[in-house]
Amino acid sequence: MDDMYREIILDHYKNPRNRGRLEPADISYEDDNPLCGDRVRIDIRLEGDRVKEIAFSGQGCAISQASASMLTEEVLGKTLAEVKQIDKQEVLEMMGLEQLGPTRIKCALLSLKVLKAGVYGLKGETDTE
Amino acid sequence: MTFDTAKIRADFPILSREVRPGAPLVYLDSTASSQKPVAVIEAMDHYYRHSHANIHRGVHTLAEEATALYESAREKVARFINANSTKEVIFTRNATEAINLVANTWGRANLRAGDVIVLTEMEHHSNLVPWQMLAAEKGAAIEIIPVTDEGELDLSVFDSILQKSPKIICFTHMSNVLGTVNPVMEIAVKAHAAGALVLVDGAQSVPHFAVDVQTLDVDFLAFSSHKMCGPTGIGVLWGRRELLEEMPPFLGGGDMIKRVYLREFKAADLPNKFEAGTPAIAEGVGLGAAVEYLSSVGMKSIHQHEQALIADALERLEEVPGVKVYGPIAERKGGVAAFTLAGVHPHDIAQILDRDGIAVRAGHHCAMPLHDRYQIPATARASFYLYNTFGEVDKLIEGLYKVKKLFG
Repeated sequence: MDDMYREIILDHYKNPRNRGRLEPADISYEDDNPLCGDRVRIDIRLEGDRVKEIAFSGQGCAISQASASMLTEEVLGKTLAEVKQIDKQEVLEMMGLEQLGPTRIKCALLSLKVLKAGVYGLKGETDTE
Repeated sequence: MTFDTAKIRADFPILSREVRPGAPLVYLDSTASSQKPVAVIEAMDHYYRHSHANIHRGVHTLAEEATALYESAREKVARFINANSTKEVIFTRNATEAINLVANTWGRANLRAGDVIVLTEMEHHSNLVPWQMLAAEKGAAIEIIPVTDEGELDLSVFDSILQKSPKIICFTHMSNVLGTVNPVMEIAVKAHAAGALVLVDGAQSVPHFAVDVQTLDVDFLAFSSHKMCGPTGIGVLWGRRELLEEMPPFLGGGDMIKRVYLREFKAADLPNKFEAGTPAIAEGVGLGAAVEYLSSVGMKSIHQHEQALIADALERLEEVPGVKVYGPIAERKGGVAAFTLAGVHPHDIAQILDRDGIAVRAGHHCAMPLHDRYQIPATARASFYLYNTFGEVDKLIEGLYKVKKLFG
């Protein structure tokens, strides 16, 4: 509980990895958590079935933004089939936040929700087509 | 006479707990829900241990006691807001239900397509959504009184809206985010002159300063027990008697009828007409005790204490680099400080303050349109009540410096 703001999370929040936009991208999806105003967008460029480039953008609390940053590192180089295997538990373990309460867990898992929706080909609200 | 906060704090058992070892509770979230004095907890406990039965119609001793306790709570509430009669005091689940009651009964019976409902940009969702639902059903129009940069209603716009002959003006007495105390009497006088009714959301005013419905000269006032030291699950709609008499009933069922036939019914007299089904009896008893407790401390003293706290809090908050407080200056608001801290999301502020036992709220506080107005997704909000101390303002400020250090 008390180490929710451990060094690694603050580091990813202050120095986000893969932050930005990819245009054009093969996969783009954006979603928000209207209750707290967290917003995450993920863009992916593929090489065959593999994630060749990935970027995230958005705004929100440290948990939501650090989770997006860490997730992009995790996903880079994986095949789409492998990306589909990533589950909630894996993201929470990656962040070291297995004990999150019901409100903050939505912040931690927003990026996974966005990633999955994109990979499964859902039409995001920001899709230009 | 000085306000004896130590004595008051001793009345609230929860205030002596630690949130975690070494971190005593610093409760700065009374705007969301206040804590409960032992007088309220014991009144409810005593009711359940000694007098519980269903109210009305019972002739046995417990039923009569329960009825008397519940109805005496109504008398206490009527006196607290200076209502003309207990018939004007309708018990609901909360302020939200009180507003929904008016929208569903008065609104459905009186509004037609094209009629104008006036709301404001600083409303809680509970004073927006019921009217949006009603407007959609009736084809009515909604006009909005905007909020200025300083966090006050722009009444010049209100004056022009009045040209459209609105049917009702619904607004908050005190903003749950900005703390702004709105000029109810001025708005009511202008509204009535234009032929409109006035509904005031008193969820934040009734708990914090003396509210007199006759002086304010409004038509409806809604408020919740749990924000004024009472239990959750009960709230109040006060309405002018002649309006309530004309309004159709709200929910149908037991208690709200005079006579039921197989295919029709005759509604009960006020206030029962609007109270279908077994009500929250123990909660009514608790609300009665809360009103007595607040009166014994004195609403004027409570208000003065909160004014001193908010003046101190605003001054200290403004000194923290990166902090921006929303809403008017201390003299024009109640004990609420909604703020942002540059570079740190309000959720992170609240979470880190919680480590030291400091309870503030983070989010949109059920006022999304108001946050849109200031183009911010969320704010952190510290709010004060009779049991808060200047030492707790110190702890809030120290906590914010810790947040800044962590995110620096």
